[in-house]
Amino acid sequence: MENEEVVLLSFWACTFAGKVRVALAEKGIEYKSMEQDMVTKGDLLLKMNPVHKKIPVLIHNGKPICESQIILQYIDEIWPHKSPLLPLDPHQRAVARFWADFIDTKICELGKKIWKTKGEEKEAVKKEFMESLKLLEGELGDKPYFGGENLGYVDVSLLPFSCWFYAQEKVGDFSIETDCPKLIAWTTRCMEKDSVSRSLPDQQKIYRFVLGLRKLFGVEE
Amino acid sequence: MEGEVVLLDFWPSMFGMRTRIALAEKQIKYEYREEDLRNKSALLLQMNPVHKKIPVLIHNGKPICESLIQVQYIDEVWNDRAPLLPPNPYQRATARFWADFVDKKIYDLGGKLWRTKGEEQEAAKKELIECLKLLEGQLGDNPYFGGKDFGFLDVALVPFYCWFYTYEKFGRFSIEAECPKLIAWAKRCMQKESVAKSLADQEKIYDFVLHLKKALGIE
Repeated sequence: MENEEVVLLSFWACTFAGKVRVALAEKGIEYKSMEQDMVTKGDLLLKMNPVHKKIPVLIHNGKPICESQIILQYIDEIWPHKSPLLPLDPHQRAVARFWADFIDTKICELGKKIWKTKGEEKEAVKKEFMESLKLLEGELGDKPYFGGENLGYVDVSLLPFSCWFYAQEKVGDFSIETDCPKLIAWTTRCMEKDSVSRSLPDQQKIYRFVLGLRKLFGVEE
Repeated sequence: MEGEVVLLDFWPSMFGMRTRIALAEKQIKYEYREEDLRNKSALLLQMNPVHKKIPVLIHNGKPICESLIQVQYIDEVWNDRAPLLPPNPYQRATARFWADFVDKKIYDLGGKLWRTKGEEQEAAKKELIECLKLLEGQLGDNPYFGGKDFGFLDVALVPFYCWFYTYEKFGRFSIEAECPKLIAWAKRCMQKESVAKSLADQEKIYDFVLHLKKALGIE
């Protein structure tokens, strides 16, 4: 479609924005990325997402779409022909949406707690985090991707969180690969795709970012 | 061709009510099974092993969990009648956004009204009213959030209407005084059989919460 204007209000470390970047790259959609200041939120962000004042916000021909799962489904519906994210079968769609919701709630919350907590609380969080990752690994099974032969909705939803694995392992003093080797193999496989590696931040950079956050929040062992 | 449809549910759950309404809108015959949440059935634990929560929709033996996912599933499978999501992608995104807003805000804030007291309760009341006003703004002059027709966001929000009485009693305020258009919308929805038959009685909800507070040891 000619004269399509696609803008993404984003933040480099944000997992939710990462999902949208991967999806747009998979579909070959050209867009303008506008990095946002998460401390002093800009006028455009406040205008485009007055309810939550959060990123990501996708602005398509001047109209805002907020919330990463809603943005992914919108992108999939507007540009359905290349790299479809959701399958056609309604039950498989429901299953994909279920796991995306699980990732957004469990993986996100537990992942954050690993670097925010200490001592016994941290140990309990690590245990629950690994159990959640194992559940996802079970869902992957023997498929190359959650979407089957190609990247799908759940792959795109989980990949940005995998950029934080290295930081979580260092801070939490554990190895995700030991308990979830198939999941780590999956991340390696996905990162071989340009659409993924060019859209997501480097794990070392995230680790340095987490160290900075821990200092800011006063979290020390 | 419906196949076998079973709904594992709990009568006061606003989330279960959404699925009941969607099934009724599409005139799907189904088996309703009441769960005792203190003694969850083997079927519930088998069908929702991850969260162990209701509602669970079971269609031809396959489970679908999470109420908004169930409503979308119902809309996609029985797509020949009473459409819930509009065909336009931007309008769909808007409906999903506000349904997600209901999930993020209304349940927790409403819960605080009967679980807490004093400053915390007052703060929750204030924020709940602001959220309901935002939703009321989305209605505009339309009869429903779906426009001329009852739609996805109507299904997502209307179950909370039978909980408003409980919120008002504990919070000592009137939602109608703050959001008259919203209450007019809710009453309009209650004229639909699919809604009237799916929502619980508001006084029964209030009694349920009184018993729940006792059981949880909340003064």
